[in-house]
Amino acid sequence: MFSLAKLIKPALGLLAVLTMMAAATTLAAADQTRVVFVTHGQSGDPYWSVVKNGMDDAAKTLGVKAEYLAPETFDMAKMGQMIDAIAASKPDGMVVSIPDAAALTTPVKNAVAAGIPVIVIDSGGSKLTHDLGGLLFMGQDEFQAGVMAGERIKALGLTKAVCANHEVGNSSLDDRCAGFAKGLGVDVPVMNGVIDPTEMKNRVIAYMTAHADTQFILAVGASGAEPTLAALDELGLSGKVKTGTFDLSPTILQAVVGGKMEWGIDAQQYAMGYIPVAMFDLWKKYKIMPIADYPTGPGFVTKDTAASVIELSKQGKR
Amino acid sequence: MVSEIRDERVRSVSRLSRLLSRPELGAAAGTVLVFVFFAITAGSTGLFSAKGIVNFLEVSAQLGILAAPVALLMIAGEFDLSVGSMIGFAGILIAIPAVFWGWPIWLSLLFTFAVCGGIGALNGLAVVRTGLPSFIVTLGSLFMLRGLTLGLTRGISGRTQVSGVHELAQNDPLNSLFSGQVFTGLIAWLADLGLIGKRADGMPSISGIPVSIVWWIVLTLACTWLLTRSRFGNWIFAAGGEANAARNLGVPVARTKITLFVMTALAAALFAAIQVLVTGSADTLRGTQKEFEAIIAVVIGGTLLTGGYGSAIGAMFGALIFGVVQMGIFYTGIDTDWFKLFMGAMMVIAVLFNSYVRNRAMRSR
Repeated sequence: MFSLAKLIKPALGLLAVLTMMAAATTLAAADQTRVVFVTHGQSGDPYWSVVKNGMDDAAKTLGVKAEYLAPETFDMAKMGQMIDAIAASKPDGMVVSIPDAAALTTPVKNAVAAGIPVIVIDSGGSKLTHDLGGLLFMGQDEFQAGVMAGERIKALGLTKAVCANHEVGNSSLDDRCAGFAKGLGVDVPVMNGVIDPTEMKNRVIAYMTAHADTQFILAVGASGAEPTLAALDELGLSGKVKTGTFDLSPTILQAVVGGKMEWGIDAQQYAMGYIPVAMFDLWKKYKIMPIADYPTGPGFVTKDTAASVIELSKQGKR
Repeated sequence: MVSEIRDERVRSVSRLSRLLSRPELGAAAGTVLVFVFFAITAGSTGLFSAKGIVNFLEVSAQLGILAAPVALLMIAGEFDLSVGSMIGFAGILIAIPAVFWGWPIWLSLLFTFAVCGGIGALNGLAVVRTGLPSFIVTLGSLFMLRGLTLGLTRGISGRTQVSGVHELAQNDPLNSLFSGQVFTGLIAWLADLGLIGKRADGMPSISGIPVSIVWWIVLTLACTWLLTRSRFGNWIFAAGGEANAARNLGVPVARTKITLFVMTALAAALFAAIQVLVTGSADTLRGTQKEFEAIIAVVIGGTLLTGGYGSAIGAMFGALIFGVVQMGIFYTGIDTDWFKLFMGAMMVIAVLFNSYVRNRAMRSR
């Protein structure tokens, strides 16, 4: 029969190892700058993975202690609790994203009131950041980036477009689609997609079969863009039906180089991870802080520039 | 006159009532219903063109590959909630050794199947040894595997997507087993006859049948044979029906269940192998929610959640319904925001229909 006693010893051993690992990391010098990121982006998301890489690289280069936290799901109540908990631990700087102003206003205000300097990245925007007492906002205004994408497509003379959304319900992706329609100046239907690449690809095929007059497909992230490219390939429409995407990946950049994709829009989110770490280090040491917001995107990566960033994308920096 | 002597232990059952008591009947009827619905609402839009059919069959096939062994496991009275995470994990196990360590694809495939099978065995062992519900044990593996996948991938690659498998797999002996097209000659012949539509550039709309569809059919047939024609199949029904009684009769219940957990894990690895070699990349988020989709397909297919009753063919119909609804809704022009409502409602209706049919069949005996 199964005995619990047999399991207890190895379990205790594992616990001891984990405790020692945790202790080793907290034994850092007391005067070392400590920066904590609390964002809504799971590190499993390729986009946020690049943010975390930026943070890690800055921490290593500058000798700063940096931590990255995010709830496992899009759970704003939990994210608020995380902000409260981190504020109580008195870091030298806190970096947050604010995808839901209503849910996060109180925790962020409390952290500021407790004397913790706060930088807002990615979502929230400039006005909200300053209303809440944050130092500055860094990121890409998704709606504005969408507008710029729409204007570029309008300039090509295309009018029939679709916005392929692989993660319905994510408001920043909705903003990208809405901005795109504004920039293009016509209604743009949203095609509801999924994370699963096979289903996503086949949905694009189905959509294109039912709407054969579509001239341009906007993908709002790498998880939508790669299946879109595959679908156009299968339909024999590569290069004929134009497409472009938000965010980058090696496959996307390869497609841009090969002329199968117009451009990839880079939010340059590596900077959102790297620069706040450096800023807080300067703030702690010399009380230096930039006085204006810092827009990191949109950077359009086109055929002329794509080849030079492929290697960087493979390393998770672009 | 002496009438024919009948064995009193054998009861004669009419062919109709025997048919009605088959678990897959409800699902088969549901499939017909769904096809009729889409024939009316989307018949002229290309859903039933060669391209459209391959389109929904490919989606059905991948889910069906998962659903067949999941059906067997559920008949044996257990759940495996870790299959979705296992897909993401297996994909990464294939891609990382190939892309970062220079392993040939065939080797990283073998490695992946071995590791996943091992984890499946651990799942099974944990369930039979601890006596905990498999729902809890595999819920634990669901989270552990996701965490492990993310930690490993980010630790090794610094990203959460690993691409570049296409170039490496091109000349691999196992590549065409998972990512190729079959019946290309037949399709070309049909295209010459004008039975298959043309693309904008004049090529036939499909060049072959994705090999995943063959895997789906073969796997379903194999599981059906196992379930209905082998001793192992009897063990599965016995383990799910009344485990203690089965044990007393000498059925190796523990071994049966562990074997089935290995099978579901291997099916997840097969799913991952197909997806990685077809898309050329692996992603830590792959397989999200597949555990539930597989359960939906199996339940629509007439398998009881409580075990002891069900079929692999039913799961095949369940997966087919899933794929047709999933893709068909695009052709109808119905707002796809409603897709999940559709799917959930279909599941409840299918289960109600199944139990209605079953009750009637039982009463008529």
